[in-house]
Amino acid sequence: MLSESPSVNPQNDLPLVFERWFKSRGWRPRAHQLAILEQALDGQTCLLIAPTGGGKTLAGFLPSLVDLADNPCDGIHTLYISPLKALAVDIARNLEIPVKEMGLNIAIETRTGDTPQSKRQRQRYNPPDILITTPEQASLLIAHEGAAKFFGALKYIVLDELHALVSSKRGLLLSLALTRISSLAPCARRIGLSATVADPKLLCQWLGHGDNTAKLIMGAAGAVPEISILATREHLPWSGHSARYAVPEIYQLISNTGLALVFVNTRSQAERLFQDLWEANEDHLPIALHHGSLDVGQRRKVEAAMTEGKLRAVVCTSTLDLGIDWGDVDLVINVGAPKGSSRILQRIGRANHRLDEPSRAVFVPSNRFEVLECEAARVAAKLGEQDSEPPLGLKRDVLAQHILGCACGGDFDADELFAEITNSSPWFALSRKEFDAVLDFVATGGYALSSYEQYAKLKQTSDGRWRLSHPRLAQNYRLNSGTIVEEAMIKVRLVRAQKKRGNKPMSRFGGKVLGEVEEWFVEQLVSGDTFLFAGQILRFEGLQEMSAMVSRSFAQEPKVPSFYGGKFPLSTYLAGRVRKMLADPQQQKMLPEQVRDWLNIQRWKSILPKAADMLVETFPRANKHYLVCYPFDGRLAHQTLGMLATQRLERMGAQPLGFVANDYALAIWCVRDLSLAIETGRLDLTKLFDEDMLGDDLDAWLAQSSLMKRTFRDCAIISGLIERRTIRSEKSGRQMTVSSDLIYDVLRTHQPDHVLLKAAYDGAASGLIDVKRLGQMLARIKNHIVHKPLEAVSPLAVPVMLEIGRVPVYGEGDEALLAEAADSLIDEAMTLL
Amino acid sequence: MIEFHTLQLLPDLSGALFIPEYDTLLVADLHFEKGSSLARFGVIIPPFDTRSTLDGLEDVVGRFKPKTLISLGDSFHDRDGPERLGKTERERIDAMAKQTDLLWITGNHDPDLPDDLPGEVAEQVALGPLTLRHEPTICADGEICGHLHPAAIIQQRGRRLRRRCFAANKRRIFMPAFGAYTGGLNVKDKAFEPYWKQRDFVVFMLGKTAIHRLPSRVLL
Repeated sequence: MLSESPSVNPQNDLPLVFERWFKSRGWRPRAHQLAILEQALDGQTCLLIAPTGGGKTLAGFLPSLVDLADNPCDGIHTLYISPLKALAVDIARNLEIPVKEMGLNIAIETRTGDTPQSKRQRQRYNPPDILITTPEQASLLIAHEGAAKFFGALKYIVLDELHALVSSKRGLLLSLALTRISSLAPCARRIGLSATVADPKLLCQWLGHGDNTAKLIMGAAGAVPEISILATREHLPWSGHSARYAVPEIYQLISNTGLALVFVNTRSQAERLFQDLWEANEDHLPIALHHGSLDVGQRRKVEAAMTEGKLRAVVCTSTLDLGIDWGDVDLVINVGAPKGSSRILQRIGRANHRLDEPSRAVFVPSNRFEVLECEAARVAAKLGEQDSEPPLGLKRDVLAQHILGCACGGDFDADELFAEITNSSPWFALSRKEFDAVLDFVATGGYALSSYEQYAKLKQTSDGRWRLSHPRLAQNYRLNSGTIVEEAMIKVRLVRAQKKRGNKPMSRFGGKVLGEVEEWFVEQLVSGDTFLFAGQILRFEGLQEMSAMVSRSFAQEPKVPSFYGGKFPLSTYLAGRVRKMLADPQQQKMLPEQVRDWLNIQRWKSILPKAADMLVETFPRANKHYLVCYPFDGRLAHQTLGMLATQRLERMGAQPLGFVANDYALAIWCVRDLSLAIETGRLDLTKLFDEDMLGDDLDAWLAQSSLMKRTFRDCAIISGLIERRTIRSEKSGRQMTVSSDLIYDVLRTHQPDHVLLKAAYDGAASGLIDVKRLGQMLARIKNHIVHKPLEAVSPLAVPVMLEIGRVPVYGEGDEALLAEAADSLIDEAMTLL
Repeated sequence: MIEFHTLQLLPDLSGALFIPEYDTLLVADLHFEKGSSLARFGVIIPPFDTRSTLDGLEDVVGRFKPKTLISLGDSFHDRDGPERLGKTERERIDAMAKQTDLLWITGNHDPDLPDDLPGEVAEQVALGPLTLRHEPTICADGEICGHLHPAAIIQQRGRRLRRRCFAANKRRIFMPAFGAYTGGLNVKDKAFEPYWKQRDFVVFMLGKTAIHRLPSRVLL
């Protein structure tokens, strides 16, 4: 957490015992640590922005420790909020060291979802001085009747890794919990800790209260990282996300270094790469695997081994993006697309355990477009350019959860609550009308048909205050709160292979748990299928209760390719850089020869578009006519564009058949000759890509879209309309739920302006369909469309064309697929009836 | 068209089944007032489900104009369901009873139906070679039933599609649930297993514009 610091302020607020302690360690306090101490003791809200390895965590605790050293506190003194459960535990452990060494009498405890119920109960009436917890727990703490007493003596609220929270609904719910805590404990000061972000002002505002924004303290910047792109001797793949070609070279990097973190973007990539590395592992180097689906115990083991310096490499996903240093990482290898500058800087920072030494990183692109993206990210990271997401603004479903949470903490006055909430910057724009609509939704569902008055969750007392209609609702709330809506997960248990399929029952309680996978993934497996999980090829034996029974398989290749993991869109900022690079021959000199050749042939056969232009190519291939465009705006925005553009092409008579999108390009194929149609003016590209598609076309499509239904489900769960868990028995639990798809259909027919439909539209527009990004893109390319008719596919189009057949093809209605399934079987004898 | 025990049956996109021979329309598992049933426990999902179900029912009755409409049980989500019916909704049921003979078969959710509900009430009904009842019976032959809410899942071109369906073999037809808030249970689920040998059945999946007949072995 700490190391030597170049500058020290001789006049500081540090008590002697602290000075001595720093000295005993051979350290001196850093300037930003002292600055935060001074500000905080002064009663200021402050935000510390410092790179990893800057002693941020101790800086955050320093004011609390100094205050507690002299003034023992009755009740909870400091609330420390960390985005990760695992982090909370580690921070507590790390903080105990200085406290013990200085002989301070300070009680430090954690409180997470894993904390036993008895301990949580005890904490409520006998709280520690410092409570280290998560945003979800903070929301739960205010939803208790004793909240006012519990927080009464609170002096400090420390928010760690704030940059990672503010752009999500978790952060938004936390912003609301903070408004409540501030009302309960007006003296509590907020201290925010964050990595470098694109716009610190927004974060200061977020952290502040009303007009009072946080004071910004900047830690010294770390050394500029050393980043290179793997100079491969192998053939660079055209498309796909497998860095298999580079496995020997990645292995070489690992064997030449102490501890390497190998980051990938999805869990399936992690599994695949881990498998490949072990095949290449002739020296039996200790290489481990770490991702979110693995069993917690297994993950903790890997983390411990890292700390003890027992490992040489860990293949991991974003699960290791955040947090304290698990051991001395010497090299970060990022496999696949970096996606964003801030994101990649965070990852590179994992190798930054000494602030004044540069961290080292190697980017390994998995295809040719990713080379461009890697180069863009390399330059951006070197310049320290940030493209982090801005804080999320108001969301109705999150507000609904908070209102119910407040009611669980006691009755409230609507005017006061509204005033309290709008003190927080994400909620500045909340109108009273919107607030009342959400309040009405929480109380009675907000339906035009007022038949639920008698079942209202919130009722108004005679003096106009709102209170919970039944204490059972508070219990339910505690079971269901939170904003992370997870896919239904199924445990993977290892059992012995079944000799024969069929009757022999599998062991009932059998099997070590390897981890969890999404329910839909298991649903598509039939017994005998093999897949990669937890670093091994497994054979699916069958589903038993809520567990997938698997056995070890000796197959060489898994039969079922992959399962879903996190996917990030290319950041707008990096996309801009990639477009510039394509347009500028000078910048291309930095690229590997294979990529330069590829771009040169593109220039010769077609066009390399200018940075502001969007290239549209049309060409025939195998009796179909293709249109490929290159907006570089991420797969989600491209998919939405594909959906809307095919509808337009349909109306324009081009008879589109389908489309496929990746992060860089979109390809649509049609029956009609597109080059000819454009030449003769029957097809107008300006009209095809006109911004007006975001109006009625979008609404019409969206209403039917499965993406919308998914977003609606999330909103319905977060807002408390549908409960994840109920306190009623499991037996009747099944009866208490209605599929959110059915609710969506009914609500859309009978009350299309319902508050939850608005919330879902809002969510889909910024989330799964990325309408915002698409809107920016359409505005950008207006009058900048460059069309190039071609005889055949262009080099630039090859990667996206190769995706056809690999990813689901959209644009063909469900009906067509159903009919196809039935048609393909039409000749088969139907002997049953 | 489903040929079943010498009869020609017409499955409808709505999930209803028409028997021209007897000028009778069958629907199953309407689950009226499911919304308000859950609302009593604080799950305040939209109260429009009865309206939606009635919209669908009036539409299909309007198209077939059957002499008799038989609801195969679980017409109401719970015993108090009929009492909670909104005024308008109750009037719509009364109006329907004037156009067609209503016959309510009782189900596990609605074992007793109030006397003032228009139409007849029965535990099961024999219709020529057919027996209509709510819950399937193991050894039945010529049975049409509801209760299990069949749905089928296929995978085509990397996409999974799940739709309500009729599931049938020589001895029995399972009707899909008609109600707006009734979900589906995969026909491959254990609950269906006692009712067929080696999954010897076909499904009629309800699309948006057509019904698709598929053998059980292609289903997920």
